[in-house]
Amino acid sequence: MGKPYNNTKATLALAKASFRSIMRSPSAVVFTLAFPLIFILVFGFIGSSEIKVKLAVAPGSDLQNPVIQALEHHSMVSLVKDTDTADIRNGLEKGNIDALINVKKNEAGTPAYLANVQYTSASMDKGSILKSVLNNLLSTLNAKDVKPTVAELYESTVQGRVYRRIDFILPGQLGFSLLSTGVFGTAFVFFSLRQNLVIKRFFATPVKRSSIVFGECLARIGFALLGAIFIIVIGHFFFHFTLIHGAITVLNMLLLSIIGLIVFMGFGFVVSGIAKSESTIPPISNIITLPQFLLSGTFFSIDVFPTWLQPISRALPLTYLNDAMRKVAFEGAGLWDVKQQILIMVIWGIGIYAVAVKTFKWE
Amino acid sequence: MSTKNAIISVKNLVKKYDDLTAVQGISFEVYENEIFGLLGPNGAGKTTTLEIIETLREKTSGEILVDGYSVEKDANKIKRIIGVQLQAAGYYPNLNLVELMELFSGLYGVDIKPMEMLEKVNLQDKAKAKYKALSGGQKQRFSIATTLINAPKIIFLDEPTTGLDPQARRNLWDLIISIRNNGTTVVITTHYMDEAEQLCDRVAFVERGEIIALDTPDNLIDNLVNSGFERKKEVKKANLEDVFINLTGKEWREDN
Repeated sequence: MGKPYNNTKATLALAKASFRSIMRSPSAVVFTLAFPLIFILVFGFIGSSEIKVKLAVAPGSDLQNPVIQALEHHSMVSLVKDTDTADIRNGLEKGNIDALINVKKNEAGTPAYLANVQYTSASMDKGSILKSVLNNLLSTLNAKDVKPTVAELYESTVQGRVYRRIDFILPGQLGFSLLSTGVFGTAFVFFSLRQNLVIKRFFATPVKRSSIVFGECLARIGFALLGAIFIIVIGHFFFHFTLIHGAITVLNMLLLSIIGLIVFMGFGFVVSGIAKSESTIPPISNIITLPQFLLSGTFFSIDVFPTWLQPISRALPLTYLNDAMRKVAFEGAGLWDVKQQILIMVIWGIGIYAVAVKTFKWE
Repeated sequence: MSTKNAIISVKNLVKKYDDLTAVQGISFEVYENEIFGLLGPNGAGKTTTLEIIETLREKTSGEILVDGYSVEKDANKIKRIIGVQLQAAGYYPNLNLVELMELFSGLYGVDIKPMEMLEKVNLQDKAKAKYKALSGGQKQRFSIATTLINAPKIIFLDEPTTGLDPQARRNLWDLIISIRNNGTTVVITTHYMDEAEQLCDRVAFVERGEIIALDTPDNLIDNLVNSGFERKKEVKKANLEDVFINLTGKEWREDN
């Protein structure tokens, strides 16, 4: 009895209990791990496919000529042979086939072949790709064995880092995972602890209020970091997610995750305070998470949004977390290099916790 | 009787909410190592009084000392020497009984063996069960086990037997008596007068926020009888509950 009360011990006991509880809660595991992983899997596989132009070869077209043979070996063209005219027409109208080619031997002598190409308005973008492929191909074929009279073109590509779709998608999914864990998890836990008088029973023990909040946060941060490591590891080893400086990059990403999560938990505290019943938590949380999910560059860069929308995107905290994550992971930036993004998140944090202190309810 | 020490003393306790006065100036003392009952209808102010003594609620006025500590100045010291069972309290979700015990031992800052605590209330077989999966009687026993973690001087039980079947109720009485026999003071609220009569050393009747009677059950009954009161029906040597217990057995049941 004479021993002084140990606040740290109480905080850790709470963190341990909360962590066990989270690990056994299906919704937490689904939102933090399963959702982001599904998106990463989907985009990981979609991202690796290349653009292919479907080019039908007209029935009766000559096949044994340099044009068709070159097209056959072209990586961006897939030839559709042995299809009858009606099917080809149908395919062109629906855009299932992007163009039709018919090559004929020239009876007049020169040039040796005549190539007739028909595009479709149902697939204009692929049509233009084919156009430039054909131009390139034919000028190479025509210029064979002929010295250019004006200039000869030499092309080469600088070998840079390969920027894969996963390099964009993974940081966005990680950010979204942190956002939903922070907002939904925190809101539900504090609401239900309050509602079921769990917190009231805690108050009958010598535990401090700060220990309750701190213990909960500790557990959630621990859980979210495990989730983040899991996502990064899967991304890196299965989809070649770029980690420029290896472990250091991972460490920086985890530190960013903690900053982001603390900000997002602030939203969760506010939601738990203003929700009138358990069923109002999801709609209120969605109002906070969905706009950020769509507008913060989770799936595509915010540069593609219309200009009137971009200022909104640039006001959201997740935008800056995503931005900082990508810079750290792909460009190898250190935390100091993304200080501007961190600063904006900190400002959001101060603002949201000011609101949380006003709205949070203990009983 | 004169050597009894007051471990709790309540003087002129008043609790006002916005539009009603829940407790209007009640005073009483609880003696060391007794079972003290607060009796009265719903809304009489029993729970409010209890929660103010437990430092869970602010009082409007009055003076309360618990083992010499004042509720407003030494709330934390009081919390360390009392155990509290709330009416309808919940426990942390998704945890089993052993894990909940570990949590509470951390919250109280004491080292206990969870299994030993569960054995005290005969729940060792349910160690891996979740609180939600327990029956009513098991839940109450578990709640009482959490009040014993810090080896408290006083425990507060708020309607611990409400909704329990006769067997569960009787073995809870045995548990409460054994806790008292181990030196702990017990403050209990209940609606059941037979329970108060069997269990309590002294009872206080609370009505509309005031204490209208306070004495041992024996004295209260004798006073009424002396005033000329007679039951309409001659009391038999047993009642229907005795018949029920006699027929169905008194032993602890798997589900109570």
